[in-house]
Amino acid sequence: MIRVDGVNKSFGDNHVLKDINVEFQQGKINQIIGKSGSGKSVLAKCIVGLHDVDSGNVFFDDQSFTSMDRMEKKDIRRQIGMLFQGSALFDSLTVEQNVMFPLKMFANLPQSEMLDRVNFCLEHVKIEGKNELFPSELSGGMQKRVGLARAIAMNPQYLFCDEPNSGLDPQTAIVIDNLIQELTDDFNMTTIVITHDMNSVMEIGDNIIFIHDGRIWWQGDRKDILYTENKELNEFVYASSLMEHVKEALKGHQ
Amino acid sequence: MNVISHIGRYFVLLRYVFSRPERRSIFWRRIIEEIDKLGVNSIPIVALLSVFMGAVIAIQTASNIDSSFIPVYVIGLMSRQSIILELSPTIISLILAGKVGSNIASEIGTMRVTEQIDALDIMGVNSAEYLIAPKIWAAVFINPFVIIISMFLGMFGAWMAGVGSGVISSTDYIYGLQYDFNSFDVVYALIKTVIFAFIITSVSAYHGYYTRGGALEVGRSSTQAVVYSTVVILIANYVLTQILLI
Repeated sequence: MIRVDGVNKSFGDNHVLKDINVEFQQGKINQIIGKSGSGKSVLAKCIVGLHDVDSGNVFFDDQSFTSMDRMEKKDIRRQIGMLFQGSALFDSLTVEQNVMFPLKMFANLPQSEMLDRVNFCLEHVKIEGKNELFPSELSGGMQKRVGLARAIAMNPQYLFCDEPNSGLDPQTAIVIDNLIQELTDDFNMTTIVITHDMNSVMEIGDNIIFIHDGRIWWQGDRKDILYTENKELNEFVYASSLMEHVKEALKGHQ
Repeated sequence: MNVISHIGRYFVLLRYVFSRPERRSIFWRRIIEEIDKLGVNSIPIVALLSVFMGAVIAIQTASNIDSSFIPVYVIGLMSRQSIILELSPTIISLILAGKVGSNIASEIGTMRVTEQIDALDIMGVNSAEYLIAPKIWAAVFINPFVIIISMFLGMFGAWMAGVGSGVISSTDYIYGLQYDFNSFDVVYALIKTVIFAFIITSVSAYHGYYTRGGALEVGRSSTQAVVYSTVVILIANYVLTQILLI
């Protein structure tokens, strides 16, 4: 379980995160939503330790990650898989080498077992026969899938996805969302997705956290999000008229 | 950021760079790859430059000898001294600062802006050690060989130009090359080379590692890497010469 307790983060005079308190549900898909520049990616990077927090604490299973030394943080990080916005695959390595990379660094396995694990992960994200290709030879959607395969290679407890649908067409975005859902269920991971894609929220979000102006503005279930009285959240959710139609359709159903 | 902050952050980075590698086998393999990339791939340009620089030195020395009291073998002697003491270790290192330094800064800078370094950190890999240490060790190991090749080719270039243009005979040139040879000059040149190799790789890697932004900033880091490496090499050259030769 991940808990964020009173976290503040500034960049110079820009106070990005203001007293963030949030608990992420274990084994579920937790989605952090908000406008561009609201601080959601910074929050995710603070949680995984890519940014140091100015004050407050991040807890992984009641262990304070913030006060850990480098070696202890390394141990926690090995339980984290992350899919980056631009996939962040290593350009000089093939698909197979990318997915095998964390295994080579940390798993004491024979080459054949590592290869089996790589193929298992690639099958899980529905990529087969592309082992020898380089990232530059893959489409954006495929790069995301390989990024997901690499993220789950070490069998992590936590999966972070930073805007997994950005730059993807709606059809591929749904495929990636479904993959995240499947991986979360199959590997019983606690997943944290940073997104501003309402389609993704309605599709896979279990626990939605809305950030506005560096603060947690709203937290709840995806069913409640359409009927919230929260003004800022309403503006965000109904920025596209499509969501109004969704709401009407759902009312019709009920 | 002011200069003091940069220097402080540079030494903090070095502390991470020289920590224990995650996997020794991967570390050695990466050193071999970097030796090929940074050293072996630089040999053609170093060879070309050395031959022509040597040739120019021989002709310039010959054109400056206007007294019949100065023996002609001085052309060989002067070429040898210029090449061993300065041209090969310093000028070639400055050229490598341009070629290798910009390559290192842009490679690491691109990895930074495309979040590949973040990906390494998230996995629990010490990204500074993994990316930078093999480059430093590889350059420190291979550059002395590159510079020795440069010395030989420089002297060959000087012989070619001197003998080819008829300003000196082959016998006089070789006599000049061997005249009053002090082997410490080569040691001095190699000490400089090793230190310059460290400067080129570490300063360039520093600029790449702390790149922030996008493609524009990667280009800026690459330029800064070359400029700062060059300045630091020139300062180090003066300091080392003062310490080792006086």
